[in-house]
Amino acid sequence: MNKLLNKPRSITDVPFHYCPGCGHGIAHRLLGEVIDELNIIDKTIAVVPVGCAVEAYDYFECDVMEAAHGRAPSVATGIKRCLPESVVVSYQGDGDLAAIGTAETIHMAARGEAVTVIFVNNTIYGMTGGQMAPTTLPLQITQTTPYGRDVLTQGYPLKMCEILAQVKGPSYIERCALDTVPHIRSAKKAIKKAVEYQIKYGAYSFIELLSACPTNWRLSPSAAVKRVGSDMVDYYPLGVYYDKFSEGK
Amino acid sequence: MRQLMKGNEAIAFAAIHSGIKCFFGYPITPQTEIAAYMAENLHKHGGVFLQAESEVSAINMVYGAAGAGFRVMTSSSSPGISLKQEGISYIAAADLPCVIVNVMRAGPGLGGIQAAQSDYFQATKGGGHGDYHLIVLAPSSAQEMAEMTVTAFNLADKWRMPVMILADGVTGQMMELVDMSKLPEVETCEKPWAANGRKGRAEHNIINTLYLSPEELEAVNRRQEEKYEQIKAELQDWEEYNTENADIIIAAYGITARIARAAADRAAEEGIRVGIIRPRTLWPFPVRAFENVTAKILCAELSRGQMVEDVRLAVNGRIQVDFYGRCGGMLADEDEILDKIRRLAGE
Repeated sequence: MNKLLNKPRSITDVPFHYCPGCGHGIAHRLLGEVIDELNIIDKTIAVVPVGCAVEAYDYFECDVMEAAHGRAPSVATGIKRCLPESVVVSYQGDGDLAAIGTAETIHMAARGEAVTVIFVNNTIYGMTGGQMAPTTLPLQITQTTPYGRDVLTQGYPLKMCEILAQVKGPSYIERCALDTVPHIRSAKKAIKKAVEYQIKYGAYSFIELLSACPTNWRLSPSAAVKRVGSDMVDYYPLGVYYDKFSEGK
Repeated sequence: MRQLMKGNEAIAFAAIHSGIKCFFGYPITPQTEIAAYMAENLHKHGGVFLQAESEVSAINMVYGAAGAGFRVMTSSSSPGISLKQEGISYIAAADLPCVIVNVMRAGPGLGGIQAAQSDYFQATKGGGHGDYHLIVLAPSSAQEMAEMTVTAFNLADKWRMPVMILADGVTGQMMELVDMSKLPEVETCEKPWAANGRKGRAEHNIINTLYLSPEELEAVNRRQEEKYEQIKAELQDWEEYNTENADIIIAAYGITARIARAAADRAAEEGIRVGIIRPRTLWPFPVRAFENVTAKILCAELSRGQMVEDVRLAVNGRIQVDFYGRCGGMLADEDEILDKIRRLAGE
């Protein structure tokens, strides 16, 4: 019997610990497929974050470094400056990238480090049980915003693609969503393009992936994925925010 | 081969000589000459100097470069070293070799920019969270800053752990003759554990500090403990001056030991025999240096009394240990130490 669909070679056999409906599994698979297709497993070093993807070092077949919370951009910078021929991917969640690691995020972008950032935005701190994230939507209920996020006292969500589009340094910025098949296909294309830009141009790219967290949103997997395409996309519009090397430019 | 240079520059020179690939830093007085020297010179030797956006970021760049298997250094001064503690804990946990320089200034808080030795506890007792140690070297001259930098890289690679050079603002800023022909041999080793791309390796390499299973983490802690015990047995290093038949022994490190020596020489003219024990490793603390000491001990530091605790532990109540300290960025005073010696001799 022929298997029609295989796990990417760049993904290990370790079972993912992610909840049903979580976007991390999809994001991992997409990155694994890209590493396979570009045949770069021998020169890729993934930097993985603190958060729900904290155990991702067990899931990728390439070399991996586990970074402190928010510090993945600095770790990635340290690696890439030593190994300019390598492919470095910084995989981060919203609390990691847009709260505790905002400075590192912005400065790595400003330096235009030849690193690909994959930013999984699910508007919540998943690993610690669902607290307010820097990307939590206005009025969204979390463990630390039990009455809904009040922007007057708890601040406004950060739109990282829009912020980074103001910074000179990045070559490619796109926001994608992991809700529908076409969106997931676009996300794969974006990740692949970002990694190709890194290899070809030594470029910094930032790919945001809007992602569901059914467990902490207190929704069923299917309802959570639907929310990505409605509430999240309304607040965080999908699309290319910057593409230095796009055709026609 | 002898050059007149600041202690900070001697460190930077010796680091490049040791083959560092990267230096990640952030400006803070009184250590900025290290970064400035690196900015000017490291690229000429194929290395990378990068000014980070913060101390926090710089130490995590060190984690990345060290994890990729390269010789890497960062330097800072006391408040900046506090900021680096999170990263240092991770580097220690991940068994990564690197060199961290602390050119100490007075604290706590923003403190002042004058020299101090008040980060002894932080350097030798952990500093960040968790059960770990750094090897801590204490230079007292520009020459030693250069020599200990080479040694620091050798030890970091050999033991797979971070090494701190704990200097002070005076030795960092003072210009002295340095003889670079006297530097120790640079010793390098293979790093098959490095996460530098698999390149056909059978298994992927992981640099990690997370162990959710307490059994597994305890095993990691115990493995490090064994390493630390071995280091305590092998690495204790100190210098002795006139300790034989001394009436009083002064225990001091760094710049304070040099001031104490001047006081000891003056005491000798008055007929009081004063010896000096100068720890060159602060962790492991040279307990053995104090094993056969029977004289009264005076511990002198630029702090309110930090190393003195280790001296007291070393003699374990066997003999009297007195303390002299200046703080706030004030230097130890030769006359004051001499007074203290006279009083101890008269007791």
